[in-house]
Amino acid sequence: MANPSTTLDVNGEAREFAGDPRRTLLDFLRYDLKLTGTKKGCDHGQCGACTVIVNGRRINSCLSLAVMHDGDRITTIEGIGTPEALSKLQRAFVSHDGFQCGYCTPGQICSATAMLEELAAGWPSAVTEAVAENPEISEDELRERMSGNLCRCGAYSNIIAAIREAMQAEETE
Amino acid sequence: MRPFDYERVTDLRHVDQPGDRMIAGGTNLLDLMKLEVETPRRLLDISHVGQNRITVEGDGLRIGALVTNADCAADPRIRADYPLLSKAILAGASPQLRNKATTGGNLCQRTRCQYFMTLDTRCNKREPGSGCDALDGVNRNHAILGTSEACIATYPGDMAVALTALDATVDVLGRNGPRQIPVAEFHRLPGDDPSRDNVLEPGEVITGVTLPRPVAGRQIYRKIRDRSSYAFALVSVAALIEVTDGRIARAALAFGGLAHKPWRDPEVEAILTGQPAAPALFDRAADALLASAEGRGDNNFKIPLVRRALAAVLAEATRD
Repeated sequence: MANPSTTLDVNGEAREFAGDPRRTLLDFLRYDLKLTGTKKGCDHGQCGACTVIVNGRRINSCLSLAVMHDGDRITTIEGIGTPEALSKLQRAFVSHDGFQCGYCTPGQICSATAMLEELAAGWPSAVTEAVAENPEISEDELRERMSGNLCRCGAYSNIIAAIREAMQAEETE
Repeated sequence: MRPFDYERVTDLRHVDQPGDRMIAGGTNLLDLMKLEVETPRRLLDISHVGQNRITVEGDGLRIGALVTNADCAADPRIRADYPLLSKAILAGASPQLRNKATTGGNLCQRTRCQYFMTLDTRCNKREPGSGCDALDGVNRNHAILGTSEACIATYPGDMAVALTALDATVDVLGRNGPRQIPVAEFHRLPGDDPSRDNVLEPGEVITGVTLPRPVAGRQIYRKIRDRSSYAFALVSVAALIEVTDGRIARAALAFGGLAHKPWRDPEVEAILTGQPAAPALFDRAADALLASAEGRGDNNFKIPLVRRALAAVLAEATRD
């Protein structure tokens, strides 16, 4: 049976998907669109290396089918910044060594980009003392909110430092 | 992953051929399809059928089946009046998964028993009649209450544990129209048919969850797990406790990680109700809760663990 037509907005460009419905969003980005910034780690939603932003929300692209994203707006690491024009978070990851091997970094940065929006919207987390109130920004909060992104090199403390710097840069602008 | 036909549906009633599976967030189903534990012939994509709002319903709220876990936990009305539900949802999975996982799908989340999730082992849930390798296997995460010789798997979720304590109801639509099922009766014990996780009939679909009028008192969700975030519960306790004039006026308690369903025991609540808070009382409540508890080796630790977790939660809920 033919699949229904599927058009996605990927980093501002309209892209058609017409492949096997088993194709995950992750594999569509990497193999069909050659957007290899998004990484495949566990392929089971446990590591966060494949994190992309869909309609403003961070998701695991490995646990989502491309065919289910008709009309969706996808932002990958390639849409967040370029080597010539890094985003604030990307700059902060460089200045704080927020990585060693770098494999998890695109996922970390996509995740953190959307996480800062969630914080700005006042979303609580599992470590928020009173969920009815706006969360205080603390290291515990940032660590909890980034727990969906694993780093086998263990660069966590520098990742948190990078996120903090990016938040401060946001405030001073 | 096995091949399947894909269809976008616009109507939640459109779902009852054998081999059909509905997909919304897909965070559990696609994972199991990759493992070939789930092999649907046709996937019906219900992610655009609506049912994605939280609305006022009588004195309570109705959460549409397609409301994501993230949106539910962040909703100001849920945070103010049902903080237990926000806390339980936020204690589960990761932000990325909560952005995709839906209310209806989360209720239908399947067990994380590793024998269920591996094809080269015996599992009565995956392949009825084949046997259960968990009984004498690695069973650290397995059930201590309501088990059978056919299955000792646990229901892995957090949200449904809170909904059970909150006396919420699942709204279901089937061939014969709508019906409502208390969340406490939605999941089933394995008995001799562990292949069925819940009481949904073929073709029935969850349309939403209804929360009753908010109640007074403290709401606590305590989850104990192997790491401090992004892990399934070994044991969890959802508690709504109201104290008046130094006595426990109302206690609603549900437990995760102990059984094939969120566990609620009216006897435990009856023991606590009307009594002044005291460690000896908490111990008696735990005795009642655990009267029929049985470990299978690796999971024996859950019996003392839940006793201590319950005591800690009750102490926190009843302190001045």
